[in-house]
Amino acid sequence: MSTRIYDCLKAIGERIIENKDFLTDLDREIGDADHGVNMARGFQGVIEKVPEDEADIGAALKKAGMTLLSTVGGASGPLYGTAYMEAAKVFAGKTEVTGEDFKASLAAAIEGIKKRGHAEKGEKTMLDALIPAYDTLSEKLSGGSEFLEALEAACQAANEGVEFTKTIAATKGRASYLGERSIGHQDPGATSLTITLETIRDFLKG
Amino acid sequence: MVGLVLVSHSAKIAEGLKDLTAEIAPDHKGIISAGGMEDGSIGTDAVRISEAIRQANDGDGVVVMADLGSGVMSSETAIELLEDEDIKVKLADAPIVEGTIAAAVSAMVGSDLEAVLKAAEDCRGVRKINN
Repeated sequence: MSTRIYDCLKAIGERIIENKDFLTDLDREIGDADHGVNMARGFQGVIEKVPEDEADIGAALKKAGMTLLSTVGGASGPLYGTAYMEAAKVFAGKTEVTGEDFKASLAAAIEGIKKRGHAEKGEKTMLDALIPAYDTLSEKLSGGSEFLEALEAACQAANEGVEFTKTIAATKGRASYLGERSIGHQDPGATSLTITLETIRDFLKG
Repeated sequence: MVGLVLVSHSAKIAEGLKDLTAEIAPDHKGIISAGGMEDGSIGTDAVRISEAIRQANDGDGVVVMADLGSGVMSSETAIELLEDEDIKVKLADAPIVEGTIAAAVSAMVGSDLEAVLKAAEDCRGVRKINN
């Protein structure tokens, strides 16, 4: 029987693969039309390479991160790979997810992505979904919300973040070549990041 | 001798650059190409790059030469993957073809890691016409 963390990673992978054409079309507007294809290839690798019986969440996330590094191909590889590997450190040796650990793993992922991409919030990247999601989760947990309720609000914030990316010009990655002309288009990375959070939410809701 | 790792999205670019470099540095055994993905498609693979760095290192260190975009990001990731290993490695901020040739020449005459890196990076401002 497969473990919960494997099933969750598989669910994320399947959702990314389902959205392959959607993500690629978004990337065709402002990038190099490979985000969906690359992410789908990476998560096909994750589904195949993470051991189904891995119960240690940290070990499973680390394997997922290493797989993304070597199979995605584009910039999303080192970005998502680093995010998963940083999150893995928070869950090393753990087999359960708490709201606090999830929050800490998002914080670790944000730091990893910032360092890897030399990016900050407001540059039309995945951080524009992830940072509001983290802030909202953090605020809700501090306010006494249950984890799932806080995660629901975080997904809402991530979606608003995706909407926000339509209003700003890209200054990172291929989309930055377009400058002001990237305004009006949503960022593919922020979109795939939001799909990831929503899949985790749906999975935990069961 | 300082090793070189050649990173490109295209395996053919990295291999071709290695062939070109071999013309001027035929005896340098530590020039390793790490272009494209394992399955031959276009892209960069941080894990393959980190293996290439290990292979290129004979103890004197390695300079990584990368092409565009994720070539740089995957190379930085590869260097971090080797954090716990005793390998001196630097990523050059330089044009990959000119920088690789200059770095190879510098490595061949026995320069140290910093000097090889500088040889590559000194190519940043080199003009091709009317210089």
